[in-house]
Amino acid sequence: MFGPEQGHFALALACILAFTQFILPLWGAHKRNARWVEIAPFLAISQLIALSLSFFDLILCAVRDDFSVQNVAANSAISKPLLYKITGVWGNHEGSVLLWTLILGVCGAAVSIFGRNLPDILKGRVLAILGGVSAGFQLFCLLTSNPFDRVFPAPPDGQGMNPLLQDPGLAFHPPILYTGYVGFAVPFAFAVAALIEGRVDAAWGRWVRPWAVAAWCFLTCGIALGSWWSYYVLGWGGYWFWDPVENASLIPWLTGTALVHSAIVVEKREGLKIWTVLLAIATFSFSLSGTFLVRSGILNSVHAFANDPARGVFILALLAIVIGGSLTLFAWRAPSLTSGGIFSPVSREGALVLNNILLCSICAVVVTGTMYPPFMQLLAGRTISVGKPFFDAATIPLTLPLLLAMGIGTALPWKRAHLARTFSHLWGAVLITFVGVLLCFWQFAGALPIACGALAIWVIIASLIDTGRKIGIGQTSLNNVFSRARILPRSSWGATLAHIGAGITILGLCGMSGAQQAIVEIHVGDTRTLHGDQWTLTHVRDYVGPNYHAMQADITIRDHSGHLITTLHPEKRNFMSQNQVTTEVAIHTNLVTDLYGVIGDRHGTGDNATYVLRLHYNPLAPWMWLGALIMAIGGAFSLSDRRLRVGAPQKAINRHTATI
Amino acid sequence: MTPTRRKFLTALPIAGAGVLGVSFWRILHNMNDGSFDPRAVNNPHVGRPIPTFSLPGIIGQGDGFSDHDLRAQTRPVLINFFASWCIPCVQEMPGLRAISRKIPIWGIAYEDKPENADAFIKRDGSPYERLAADRHGKTAIDWGVTGVPESFLIIPGGRIIWHGSAALDPQTFENEVLPRLAKVGL
Repeated sequence: MFGPEQGHFALALACILAFTQFILPLWGAHKRNARWVEIAPFLAISQLIALSLSFFDLILCAVRDDFSVQNVAANSAISKPLLYKITGVWGNHEGSVLLWTLILGVCGAAVSIFGRNLPDILKGRVLAILGGVSAGFQLFCLLTSNPFDRVFPAPPDGQGMNPLLQDPGLAFHPPILYTGYVGFAVPFAFAVAALIEGRVDAAWGRWVRPWAVAAWCFLTCGIALGSWWSYYVLGWGGYWFWDPVENASLIPWLTGTALVHSAIVVEKREGLKIWTVLLAIATFSFSLSGTFLVRSGILNSVHAFANDPARGVFILALLAIVIGGSLTLFAWRAPSLTSGGIFSPVSREGALVLNNILLCSICAVVVTGTMYPPFMQLLAGRTISVGKPFFDAATIPLTLPLLLAMGIGTALPWKRAHLARTFSHLWGAVLITFVGVLLCFWQFAGALPIACGALAIWVIIASLIDTGRKIGIGQTSLNNVFSRARILPRSSWGATLAHIGAGITILGLCGMSGAQQAIVEIHVGDTRTLHGDQWTLTHVRDYVGPNYHAMQADITIRDHSGHLITTLHPEKRNFMSQNQVTTEVAIHTNLVTDLYGVIGDRHGTGDNATYVLRLHYNPLAPWMWLGALIMAIGGAFSLSDRRLRVGAPQKAINRHTATI
Repeated sequence: MTPTRRKFLTALPIAGAGVLGVSFWRILHNMNDGSFDPRAVNNPHVGRPIPTFSLPGIIGQGDGFSDHDLRAQTRPVLINFFASWCIPCVQEMPGLRAISRKIPIWGIAYEDKPENADAFIKRDGSPYERLAADRHGKTAIDWGVTGVPESFLIIPGGRIIWHGSAALDPQTFENEVLPRLAKVGL
């Protein structure tokens, strides 16, 4: 029941179910055959069961050390800790494709279960599109990247996994990131279904938004986790490399953020319909292309892990069908979608349009920077590299007005607003920002960090003041404030939290611009000063771990008055079976500043030995990931909004139009 | 929006995706027949003239240099991009000192504070014959440097004939750089 053959069979079965899920409901909706449409949720759930079984079988193969399975032999070993035997299943190309399809299956089943209030035809079409995408990826898995392939003769032990991946952060990073990527398949399916139907209305906006928000939350967490991982595992003290793989996740995040915002306009005002549909298609297309670019090896990256042009051709064909098909449908049907919701440039809609323009411009910059090297090579035959200086120079000027608009946006009323009147509510924010700028001047040197920091403070304070005003702080009794806070829609609280989170992340980025570092080569007992603190290498010991040899240092840090702050224990591990060295960074954080130590090479022996140490003083570093977490929590909070759960869109729309 | 303009605008995404798709297909095709190597994207300029640049020196370490100085050389020169904040750069120093007995090495300090670079070079003895500071990394972009340390072998007249994007050690020098020099008869 639970062996590699069974897993292989379950995967093939899921693929057949997915194809059926693709064809039957679409045909049924076309022919107005209700039974064929209604079978879609059943197929989606069966597909998920088959996929889960297949995935479970692969995990079992890894846990049982079944080295007759090629994938396990190549990526696992008897000595590997159990946790990493399990998480290692998705630490390689084949397993991660299977995980990808499994999450897609979960999305389909979730639409079946949580989409009870959807009209049957729409739900059938959405599930059909999801089924089609699933089928394509399962075919990809079966034909080019089968995780259940056997090897004969079976080796007595596996080759083990890349020790860099042997880390709890990275173990759970792919499932979260993939859920973000794959989650955007649902808004995509909604967009395609709406194009087939030729109708986008407020109800559509309300259905599609929670799915987009959920995917966005996961993608936010996934990106933050990846950046955190490179911060504390790779040991270079940085958080963003503008590496093609990192950009591949940032691009859909940017369009996804735009989508989450523009869908509000569809829901509340029936405007921006065509644009929102395009964003939904674009976001998922970018998710898919990102995978493709990394898997095919077109983009040169430090951590692309499977380069195979044959797979690239398959994914390219898949992309041509999915993206080409949906965009063709868009070109054909979108002109007939009627737009409504007239608004003046200065209004909530106006602010959201501005937000969309800026986010998409940043996205265009990132896409250009990422694609420029291979395209220049192709077109002009000359090679060029695009790095951090380009991205920094091009994205920061676009981020500044975005932050400015974020502070005002939520305070603006729909349809038509008076800037002067809105600003009169926000004068407090302006004042606090001004003070903030002065503080920034005192803390940092550069003009850019000051501008960014000031705008981040502006976003946070403006969001707080706006929410405070909505619940009537200072205008009514405390009891009233509490009851108003309770009835204020959760989505409004969610937006406030998410905006504050964004502000905190930006503050973290600004703080990091004031980071200090030193690379020293010292003897045991020597002391170096960094940012006023005394860093002393007090001891270095060697020890043997489960599957590695390690060198561990004790670095004590004292402040200027000699008071002990902490002792760091950075390590350098040598994994013999893979002949690979990893660094174990030691970080002491007080949530405002990170003290960060890395141990490098040992030169010489005995008492004359010197050690290369990398020491960092990183102000506000934890805020970058804390802010991302708050953003995601804001999204989750907004998802718990009663209006989304109860889902009586028609009534809500009537009520809404009555108030306009 | 007039209907035709709408039609035109909504057709733009598919047109853009089509162009991208065809380009990707060509890239993949070229990868399969070996005429395109994505790993080589960041390995530019080999066989090309050096880019134009003019860099100031590091205080206490001479005047810096420009592409003119490099072109005017009558011997081959190794250009080494380094930074005091990079661990592989620390590690490659002993090797560079050994190599500097066989070939002149000119160093470019990448995104480094002058005082840090100065201290870094002075610590165990400098392998560099001349030094320049690329404070904001703009010259490094022209050279196609993606991370320090990177080294380039320049022959007289100012042409790059070899590029290494890792810490340089005597063994790499023997195995990769010397044969290149022998090939061009130097």
